[in-house]
Amino acid sequence: MSARVHRPIIVLRDVRKSYGSGELAVHALRGIDLVVERGDFVAIMGASGSGKSTLMNIVGCLDVPTSGRYLLEGIDIARLDDFELAWIRNRRIGFVFQSYNLIPRTTALRNVELPLIYARVPKAERRGRARAALELVGLAERGHHGPQQLSGGQQQRVAIARAIATDPAIVLADEPTGNLDSRASEDVMQIFERLNAAGRTIVMITHEADIAAHAKRVVQLVDGLVHSDQRTATVAA
Amino acid sequence: MSLAESFRMAVQGVAANRLRSLLTMLGITIGVAAVIILVAVGNGSSAAVQSQIESLGTNIVTIMSGGFGFGRGSGGSQSSFTQLTLKDVKALEDKNAAPDVKSVTPVVNAPSVTMVEGSATYTPSQFVGTTATFSEARKEPVQAGVFVTDQDEKQAARVIVLGTTVVSNLFGSANPIGQTVKVNGIGFTVVGVLASKGTNGIQDQDDIAIVPLSTAQQLITGATGGLSQIVIEATSASTVNAAEAEATSILTPGHSSNGAPTFRVLNQASLLQTTASTNHVFTVLLAAVAAISLLVGGIGVMNIMLVTVTERTREIGIRKAIGARRSDVLAQFLTEATLLAVFGGALGVAAGLIGSRFTIVGVHPVVASYSVFLAFGVGVAVGLFFGIYPANRAASLRPIEALRYE
Repeated sequence: MSARVHRPIIVLRDVRKSYGSGELAVHALRGIDLVVERGDFVAIMGASGSGKSTLMNIVGCLDVPTSGRYLLEGIDIARLDDFELAWIRNRRIGFVFQSYNLIPRTTALRNVELPLIYARVPKAERRGRARAALELVGLAERGHHGPQQLSGGQQQRVAIARAIATDPAIVLADEPTGNLDSRASEDVMQIFERLNAAGRTIVMITHEADIAAHAKRVVQLVDGLVHSDQRTATVAA
Repeated sequence: MSLAESFRMAVQGVAANRLRSLLTMLGITIGVAAVIILVAVGNGSSAAVQSQIESLGTNIVTIMSGGFGFGRGSGGSQSSFTQLTLKDVKALEDKNAAPDVKSVTPVVNAPSVTMVEGSATYTPSQFVGTTATFSEARKEPVQAGVFVTDQDEKQAARVIVLGTTVVSNLFGSANPIGQTVKVNGIGFTVVGVLASKGTNGIQDQDDIAIVPLSTAQQLITGATGGLSQIVIEATSASTVNAAEAEATSILTPGHSSNGAPTFRVLNQASLLQTTASTNHVFTVLLAAVAAISLLVGGIGVMNIMLVTVTERTREIGIRKAIGARRSDVLAQFLTEATLLAVFGGALGVAAGLIGSRFTIVGVHPVVASYSVFLAFGVGVAVGLFFGIYPANRAASLRPIEALRYE
């Protein structure tokens, strides 16, 4: 690990993404350069249509850029096939979505276990790790509740537990508080802060300034380009 | 992903929409049950026909006089040299000329013979004069008393053996053995009662009275009449055809006109074979009809799985986002389709086995064990086959598009 200490987790070089072709082409990203260091907590802000969701999909290996390079922990994502991308999404990335995206009719514990199942973690170990993750988000006793029995805030916390279950290099959160009231939002942000304090790298999309204030660095996107990049707190070494 | 996990996810998927899963299974269930029941019906009817034929004896060749058409061959109008006689019986008993013949039994049929016992009068549908070997060759054992013996034959004894129908008509429930019954005004002593064989579908096989051949010829049909039939029993089931050939070659010189034989030969074994193959075709036809419903059931599985995949597009997106591989999604949906087919098939087997216990259109179904395994196996295979396309479609979904799906 010592050789990797100074290697950033995310390196984006002139990343562009356009949909369609010719005159009708929509250019969502027009050349993004971004480096995210290990242990950072980055908020990406921007109005709708600024390209922040497209950026998130590319960083999360759900989509590929039209041009430019994306290195995740030094690995060029463009060179990976479907199987390897599934592996990356499973082990190195944890997703938190705006609409929680828990599997319906499936208990909280089982939802958290799911990425570990796909990671082929043996059953006993899987249980333990899923319980630990649920405990980390303060829902240890809710393991056997289904999503429909949980409040929005609780569902999002289960989603966070699921995102960190495989101990990924980075947690990607897409408007994690978008569907939550202010109290639940505060709970969720506190969890993110705790995770970050424990050394986890977080990249979060939001359009709310008070939510972005929890991050250590705020990147503003306008029309598919980085408009501003402000550091509000230092990254713990 | 382990098999146990795929299975667990599939059970969840099936349980998520119980009614729909049940209706999907129903297609396979009906298909499997139909195959089992229809094959059982085909089997049952063929078993019934076979047992009727076998009840007449399988090792026997029956020779009747009269070359063509449906002539009764009971003598009378036919010229004497075409009639079957006791001389033919002697010739057939020659072990050198007919090594595969075990016994030769002459038979005369006496039409409409009236029997009287006290105030009861009865005319059995069959009144037969024959010898002792008839009992074994035609599988007509006695359930009480004795059959006519060689001694009876020599002495032209006035003894009679009755079928159970005749007994009940003349004696009711009283024991007939030792009683006297009048046949055309002549007294006969009842010495035996034949074991009941029931109906063969055309006639009551118990409606029969048997007397010694010599007695019948002296007192009833007249000595000049020829034989109605000669029943030849072969030494074993495998020598029936050889016995038939030997009998034909022995009889042809004395019984032919212009080179064509004037007697008919009925081989029970070949009759059995013919009906068996006819019944086999019948059974296969029934099974084919049932197999079509199994196919339709499979298409039902495919239809529902396609709906399920569309409905759960978002879920598939989530699974892929958190690291499910193509093969994981494929395994999940394929297992789900297989589970539906296995449950449906198992229900079908149960329904088929229960359904086969009832009499269907007069046939007692006989379940063929191969049909159970075949129907279940094909049912599961059909479900699996028709599950491949929807499962593959689910596995091929791109995560980003699947996640956007509402």
